[in-house]
Amino acid sequence: MQRRFLNRLLAAWVCSAAALAVWPALAAADEAPDAMVKRLSTEVLDTIRADKAIQAGDMNRIMTLVDAKIMPNVNFQRMTASAVGPGWRQATPEQKKRLQEEFKTLLVRTYAGALQQVTDQTIVLKPMRAAPEDKEVVVRTEVRGRGDPIQLDYRLEKTPGEGLGWKIYNLNVLGVWLVETYRSQFAQEINTKGIDGLIVTLSERNKANAKKG
Amino acid sequence: MSDVGKTDRPAAGGFRRVISASVLLCGALLAGCATGPNANPKDPLEPFNRSMFEFNEALDEAVLKPVATGYQTVTPELVRRGVGNFFRNIEDLWSFVNSVLQLKGEAAASNLMRFTFNSTFGLAGILDVATEMRIDRQPEDFGQTLGRWGVGAGPYVVLPFFGPSTLRDTVALPVDKTVGDPVTKVEDIPVRNTLWTVRLIDNRAQLLKAGEVLEEVALDKYTFLRDAHLARRRNAVYDGNPPEEAPEPEPPAD
Repeated sequence: MQRRFLNRLLAAWVCSAAALAVWPALAAADEAPDAMVKRLSTEVLDTIRADKAIQAGDMNRIMTLVDAKIMPNVNFQRMTASAVGPGWRQATPEQKKRLQEEFKTLLVRTYAGALQQVTDQTIVLKPMRAAPEDKEVVVRTEVRGRGDPIQLDYRLEKTPGEGLGWKIYNLNVLGVWLVETYRSQFAQEINTKGIDGLIVTLSERNKANAKKG
Repeated sequence: MSDVGKTDRPAAGGFRRVISASVLLCGALLAGCATGPNANPKDPLEPFNRSMFEFNEALDEAVLKPVATGYQTVTPELVRRGVGNFFRNIEDLWSFVNSVLQLKGEAAASNLMRFTFNSTFGLAGILDVATEMRIDRQPEDFGQTLGRWGVGAGPYVVLPFFGPSTLRDTVALPVDKTVGDPVTKVEDIPVRNTLWTVRLIDNRAQLLKAGEVLEEVALDKYTFLRDAHLARRRNAVYDGNPPEEAPEPEPPAD
């Protein structure tokens, strides 16, 4: 069963990226978080499908798209802090900044690679179990395309007045929460090499990935 | 073990071999228990698991990946899709059995319908007509059945050849591979071996691209695979709705 999971993980990076996109907020009232996720995912998928340069595999263009349209809807500092764990408290502001940058580059690169695979995926929203006054919600979606549907869930926090009113701070692909998975990886690096060691590992990995093209 | 009751059914011999292998494995596992300050409570067998992981990686690099890459290059996509559908259809039958064992009526019905439609209209499973008809797959294996009836996953175990598993799923594996795998019922040995080989290569080929992404994303492939596998199995046992684990306290935002 692990085999199919890995394959669908790839396809699901696509739509996770799609949901993190930002578009000019036209309405004054805050949208419900599940409606927001659905709208953003669909809009970004459509954009990617229409853009020939992205389909052709222009990596720089993809990374610019991801950087500009996706990051504003993510509380990336919270994601990084969560993934780093207790070590975050001891990190200097300079270290925190570097950790965020390197973690971001790592993820953006992966999304960019997966975005090229978009062909005919659609997003289906699943019923959301949350009270209207909840400050943190889980939005559950499913990516349908060729092959088995892919489970894709988001944790959002309410950010009244900022952006679209909700920000994503964790992502679940096929049953695996991203932040928790990275937490183990980071913990291992920090235990053996400290925060600086983690930064070095991340930046070396990013350089190696960049060289691969 | 006495010879009374010994039969010549290939499945029975296979079953016995798998049991012996499991016993040997348990011995090896005990030798690979982790101690020391860095021992992970989720992964008490880490030293053993890491060496099995290295073995599987080496085997993959040397043999399986090149063969799968060749298969992917040489075989047209349509043919590969047909091969994939054929083997997944066979799995749907075992998923049906497990859905029944777990008293999941809807899943049982879906899986049975999938198997029937794909085997008939889908030309022995080569065409996946059931997905066109919006009948979703719900894969269920014997490990999930045990989980549903309260058997905990147990420690993480990496099996040689089979890859990431848990103690519960390792115990369930012989059942999946003998009773649950109709290919073992094929009498003709060369045909049976060909089917196994093709299935193995096809499965591996489907994962080639994802494997590349994994190399880029994971800082430590072993840890990433372990955590993803454990989360994934838990998710599968609960069909996408696992109970919330106590969340770790969030570090203060700065």
